[in-house]
Amino acid sequence: MSHAGHTHDLERCRELVAQLNDYLDGELPADLCAELEQHLADCPDCRVVLDTLGQTVRILHHLDEAPPPLPPDLEARILASLR
Amino acid sequence: MPGPTIDLSIYADEAALLAALRRHDPDACTCLVKRFAPLVYARALRLTGDPDEAESVLQSTFIKVCDALPSFDGASSLGTWIYRIATNEGLMLLRRRKPQVALDDVADNLQPEEVPHQFHAWSPDPQRVALDSELRAQIEQAIAALPEQLRVVVVLRDVEGLSTEETATQLGISPGAVKVRLHRGRLRLREALAGYLAARSEGHP
Repeated sequence: MSHAGHTHDLERCRELVAQLNDYLDGELPADLCAELEQHLADCPDCRVVLDTLGQTVRILHHLDEAPPPLPPDLEARILASLR
Repeated sequence: MPGPTIDLSIYADEAALLAALRRHDPDACTCLVKRFAPLVYARALRLTGDPDEAESVLQSTFIKVCDALPSFDGASSLGTWIYRIATNEGLMLLRRRKPQVALDDVADNLQPEEVPHQFHAWSPDPQRVALDSELRAQIEQAIAALPEQLRVVVVLRDVEGLSTEETATQLGISPGAVKVRLHRGRLRLREALAGYLAARSEGHP
């Protein structure tokens, strides 16, 4: 990790990274949520990781909204195979 | 040779398309392929990472769909039904492959390289979800670069929207393993996108 200028424990950040996913998915138990939120309040780097991890997941959720058209030769082959 | 040009709106809705398919209306099959094949292919390509295998999944999916149409009960939408068949065909193909086992891939623990290294904020952009083509290419590339065991879980859970339990059942692994692999995959994708999005937001304040 390349944390600069923060005084808190990097090991703590590493431990909490493992919980970010459950937190994002709303599956982290309440007591652990509170601990994590307390850490987030003090740790800008972990806030960035949480925010950008959330953005990554949202991008994935929208990935199938506009699939590219089939290559024309592929479409022709599929149609021919169904006749 | 390009496929025949056809107006996708000749059938008012899925029920009309389905009725036309059942009476073997010649335009209906073309319409079915034009409407649903792009996403079936995109998903197959993402799951297999190979254009030839994706084409094979696309073909077997539509053959199964056409065979099973008479018994399709309409409990789900036509699209949901077709995409489910496509996912099953894709996973079946992956299972038939020789297993490509790498120690790193099977470890259901966070790996050192997955510990975050990028701490630059991304510019807040609610429109980003509309996905410009460059970002789409970046994320597809990052997904393709994931080890297969992580890629399949990320695709099923986060792109195709299966639950943890459904994903575990499809892959024959525990829900706990699904969660760890999803987390590892998401962290790798975040890291891959961070270089691109942080640099871009600096260039375009």
